[in-house]
Amino acid sequence: MSAPPSLQLEPGKVVLTGTWTLAALQAQLPALPRDLEFAARNTPAWDLSQVERLDSAAAILLWRTWGESWPAQLTLPEALRETLNRVAKLSVEVPTSTEKARSPWEIPGRLVLAGASELRGVIALFGQLLLDLGHLLRHPADVPWREFGANVYKAGALALPVTAMVGFLIGVTISYLSSLQLRSFGADIFIVNILGVSIIRELGPVLVAILVAGRSGSAMTAQIGVMRVTEELDALSTMGISRTIRVVLPKVAGLTVAMPLLVLWASAAALLGGMLAALLQLDLSLAYFFDNLPRAVPLANLLIGLGKGLVFGFIIALIACHFGLRVKPNTESLAANTTTSVVTGITLVIIFDAVFAIMTRHIGVPNL
Amino acid sequence: MTALATTAVLELQGVSTRFGQILVHHDLNLRVDAGQIVGLLGESGSGKTTLLREMLGLWRPSAGLIRLFGSDLLAGGHLEQQAIRRRLGMLFQQGALFSALSVFDNIAFPLRELKCLDEDWIRRLVLLKLDMVEMMPVHASLMPAELSGGMVKRVALARALALEPELLLLDEPTAGLDPDRSQNFVELVASLQQSLGLTVVMVSHDLNTIAGLATHVAILAEKRIIAFGKKEEVMHLDHPFVAGFFSKERHKLL
Repeated sequence: MSAPPSLQLEPGKVVLTGTWTLAALQAQLPALPRDLEFAARNTPAWDLSQVERLDSAAAILLWRTWGESWPAQLTLPEALRETLNRVAKLSVEVPTSTEKARSPWEIPGRLVLAGASELRGVIALFGQLLLDLGHLLRHPADVPWREFGANVYKAGALALPVTAMVGFLIGVTISYLSSLQLRSFGADIFIVNILGVSIIRELGPVLVAILVAGRSGSAMTAQIGVMRVTEELDALSTMGISRTIRVVLPKVAGLTVAMPLLVLWASAAALLGGMLAALLQLDLSLAYFFDNLPRAVPLANLLIGLGKGLVFGFIIALIACHFGLRVKPNTESLAANTTTSVVTGITLVIIFDAVFAIMTRHIGVPNL
Repeated sequence: MTALATTAVLELQGVSTRFGQILVHHDLNLRVDAGQIVGLLGESGSGKTTLLREMLGLWRPSAGLIRLFGSDLLAGGHLEQQAIRRRLGMLFQQGALFSALSVFDNIAFPLRELKCLDEDWIRRLVLLKLDMVEMMPVHASLMPAELSGGMVKRVALARALALEPELLLLDEPTAGLDPDRSQNFVELVASLQQSLGLTVVMVSHDLNTIAGLATHVAILAEKRIIAFGKKEEVMHLDHPFVAGFFSKERHKLL
């Protein structure tokens, strides 16, 4: 191995020896810069003729030590001159962007503008989808059936196990906790009403929507985002294929169709879990449960639940596609948009659920 | 320089690579000495990039030994590997710039990872590297997505050079650049190699790049290195691939 970088103080001059490279310097930090500083203060004459190698990191160190000017006396071999020259000529001024004075209203103002811009984007995308639907009605051959089927399969069929499992466990939990309360009032049989209405009307759709927003919404945003990063969307456009018809519409339509079915499936699993828990906890027979369920829960509740599923699926897919198209070609933007997509999707689902609850407050409530 | 010339910077001994049933390299040998600029040539799909990845330790060969600076990269622990990796720089085909970081931060990243340089030192080094690859300080604040293809290559080269490597690996350094820019890039690498005394191994399909930059040529065909030597000698070799590759252009370039 070559000699480490070192300096000797000889009478009247500083002599540097060894290899002055970044790798070699690392071992000598922070002692070496201190020694150099000390030497520079006392001696104006430097001898670099015994330096074997000098790289730019070491050259910068020397240049800083010399106070950014050439020392009064310098013995410099020709081979090292260029490296030091480069450092000497370098301008260290980084042009900074001029900062404007900030008003306290700037941050809320920007947030409002950003929100308005997103809202405008979503509405524009929705309008484009309506126009596309009009186009497809006139040209049925262009309907992307394969993509539609693929999305129903990916967002719907592949989500069956997880929605069933979560639904079943929620059903067990609610049934178990409610039955403890009901038994203390001697109102055991009302477990059917509680489970039926809460699961079919409320929990089923919201639960599935949250699962699907995390599962399929994020996937849609990421997929469209990566297609943007890799210019696949532009490739589609150059082939004369509309990105909304081929990419966005099948996702939105697929999830809108798949969601009500998932809601039905998850609600059934939750009711099954609730029934089994009631059987074990309250000794309520399955036959009694099945007999009383239609009486306790009018059909309207099921229709409201399925309707919610339809709307939630549409919202989640539309939001996911919107944020997917907003992705800029870098990893940070992809991550930020995927996060925003899922958070916005779930928030909107809960807001719309509240709207549903208010609008349907007189419908489907059993008369006791 | 004569003392250095006897040290093998990179040594491949009996390297074999297998992907499932497909044998890509079989008993491949190559030795690169300090100061050489080696162009690695071969048909598409002959495993050039795979070989480059194996040199970097990103992919473990099925058999054989790869020595960088005299030691086996994959044999050592994390710290040994890190020490060896810091002595080489890699220019990926697409640049592989960190898209979430600005040009400045991309080049500063390996320097900051050393955790022993102060910010002023890093700033000067970054600006120096940018200057070396002929970019302006105003470009430092741009994001990779805002750069043109040629600028991405130059920033990636600046990042590869950040730690003052002794060995520079280039994967298709001029692919995707127009002839003019490609020529500039070749001259840039050549002048940097001159001033920094680098050893360079590059994979390229571009005859101009090989002709303008390489001192030595290695031909990868029939799953091994069939020829390695001075550019002029290898060019006249009697082998179907070599003859095909150099046939049309040979006279023009020589």
